[in-house]
Amino acid sequence: MSFLALERLHKTYGDGTHAVRGIDLSVEKGELIVLLGPSGCGKTTTLRMIAGLELATGGSIRLDGNDVTGLRPSRRDVGMVFQFYALYPHLTVRDNIAFPLRAAGVSPPEIRRRVEDVAARMDLGKLLSSYPRQLSGGDQQKVSLARAIVRRPALYLMDEPLGTLDADQRLVMRELIRAEQMASKVTTLYVTHDQEEAMSLADRIVVMDGGRIRQVGTPVEVYDRPADRFVAAFVGSPGMNFISGQVAGGPGKATFVSESGQVHIDVPLVERCGHALLGIRCEHVYEAPDGPVVGNVLTEEYLGNASHVHVQTDVGRLILRAPQGPARPRGSEMRLRLDLAQISVFDAATEKRL
Amino acid sequence: MRSGAPAGVSGSADSGAAGTSAAALPASATPFLTVCGLSKRFGRTQALVDVHLEARDDELLVVLGPTGAGKTTLLRAIAGLELPEAGSVLMAGRNVTAMAPAERDVALVFQNFSLYPRWTVRRNLEFPLRAPGRRVAEAEIQRRVGWAAELLKISRLLDREASRLSGGEMQRVAIGRAIVRRPRLFLMDEPLTNLDAKLREALRVELVELRRELSTPMVFVTHDQAEALSMADRIVVLSEGRTLQTGTPREIYERPVSPVVALQLGQPAINLIRVRRVDGHWVAADGTALMPAESAGESERLLGIRPENIAVGGFETGGHGAPGPRDARVEIVEYIGPSTTLLCTWAGARIHIVVPRRCASRPGDRVIPRIDAARAVLFDVASEPTHRPSQALPRLPPSLPTLPVLPSKGDFA
Repeated sequence: MSFLALERLHKTYGDGTHAVRGIDLSVEKGELIVLLGPSGCGKTTTLRMIAGLELATGGSIRLDGNDVTGLRPSRRDVGMVFQFYALYPHLTVRDNIAFPLRAAGVSPPEIRRRVEDVAARMDLGKLLSSYPRQLSGGDQQKVSLARAIVRRPALYLMDEPLGTLDADQRLVMRELIRAEQMASKVTTLYVTHDQEEAMSLADRIVVMDGGRIRQVGTPVEVYDRPADRFVAAFVGSPGMNFISGQVAGGPGKATFVSESGQVHIDVPLVERCGHALLGIRCEHVYEAPDGPVVGNVLTEEYLGNASHVHVQTDVGRLILRAPQGPARPRGSEMRLRLDLAQISVFDAATEKRL
Repeated sequence: MRSGAPAGVSGSADSGAAGTSAAALPASATPFLTVCGLSKRFGRTQALVDVHLEARDDELLVVLGPTGAGKTTLLRAIAGLELPEAGSVLMAGRNVTAMAPAERDVALVFQNFSLYPRWTVRRNLEFPLRAPGRRVAEAEIQRRVGWAAELLKISRLLDREASRLSGGEMQRVAIGRAIVRRPRLFLMDEPLTNLDAKLREALRVELVELRRELSTPMVFVTHDQAEALSMADRIVVLSEGRTLQTGTPREIYERPVSPVVALQLGQPAINLIRVRRVDGHWVAADGTALMPAESAGESERLLGIRPENIAVGGFETGGHGAPGPRDARVEIVEYIGPSTTLLCTWAGARIHIVVPRRCASRPGDRVIPRIDAARAVLFDVASEPTHRPSQALPRLPPSLPTLPVLPSKGDFA
């Protein structure tokens, strides 16, 4: 039996807004699960229902064998980290971190030991006597994280904890959270709209949209075999390129032909024929002198370690990831080859993976 | 001219690869904006110190710096919202330092969308054209609003109230409000920062293409290095009110003038390792030889190497055999799609290595890193920054016993 189980979980607000429309999810003990989706997809509402900060209007939540659906937050043994630091401004860093331990009645020497241990691990040792307002945003968020982990609850719930931090601090915090979670094996649910954060942190990703789950899978599964067009576009930076066309032929041996006729690709194991979308990631599009797709460079996004080159082609706008090299002038011609082993095909009407 | 100029400008600057691009300025690309020796102080804080920069007629200039670097102050001084203590601002050759903001004909877009929430999108877009003294004909107002809405793909939202828009739509309207006036210069203060990652990524490209379409110079302020690298024709790196380096994204990324600049670009950050010359090699403090050294010059340096310029070989699962002197231990593996980031301990330091695509490595594995010497940068040891984010990484914690469930409700305060 799973450690955390959501069954047909619903949340409808008083004004009739359906924030969450029936979610089923099983989480094993020790897993780090990321709920990923755009604003308004229901990910934060789901997290808040698990925390007990929102009451579900349908369905159930089971934690470690107990039904906690109607339980108060304090009865659920969860540690929550918010996007905004939510520290007590009148308490020092030490007292902020110690707060949950004091509330649990832990002995003072044990509190001291734990606070100092957590502070040392998170590089907060020198800041223990400071007040929150004296700290940078990154350090405040570290304190907030330290306060959640110092008690070792059954479940960590993290709501975009890196959302307000600068990029370099985000990376440091991300690694801190990963290291902490790997070592403590505390089951974690982590909410973000940032697909890179999701890919790098998660054991499994839950992609949400419109109050529903689109796909649950490991980062590799979600990235390589997206369940539908939404997941293909949302996961990855940039999302998949799409080429519109037709699939013709029989089961086991079908061919995708782009609308313009430039791209012919044999696609195995397609159950249905008709109007379809081919999806391909930018790193699987290559510049090749004899490539079948011809286009002109629109824009180059230089990234340092690579470039994303936007090319206007006969099959539409394609983005390719090019290795480090000289700038590609705008308007110059490019011939492209697609790595046929790395494509996804979606039904044009249902947008589901074929 | 309109379509040819931008490609020509960035192309020539790139191939020139001169240290500071100001020197390599082509004769045709006269600067539209010149900021000369600008200084500004707020009480005891020196916000800007002798800042110089130029934005050419048709370029997107990004000012990159961390929070508190003086970026916003600089932008406000260009807009005329702050009066500098020293220095001057020139636009199209004319000194505008003492001119009121309205006289400068610049448009400013902020991080917070700053729309009138109860007004429709149309009314918000019309607003700058209906400002007192502007006297734009009604037909012209409608034409320009229609044009801006079309460009920004917000035509279907024109009659919607601003408060009912999503964050991305609001920022499009805010940008629309800046372009309807056809100003001579765009000033953007972190306009994408409050948007979802996915939206940011899309708007980044749209904004670059829109600016090219309008052929109007833009100064774009951000703390986000990915935005700076991908959007800029040239970047000005600002730190503690001073300009540290100016150049194309490639120049600054590949040839940073100091470790401070190097750390500002690239994610994960550049690895910095202190090295000594021993028998023709640069050697780390623990004795690991990292790469061949030239025979002359300083005997101690700070070696900078970007994570993607270290190759790894010899994967071996944890615990097998005795570790050789050049082995690195993999601590954390982050898979992010097109590449995998390994955090390793190596040569007495914590280093990041980015390998293309998927990587079968696991925490605990031993790998042999190889530095691409041609892409390494050597800095003066005295320039080593005191604080480096990558050094503040966690040690793996020992396991702690679990505490009982809280009886009180202090949990979420």
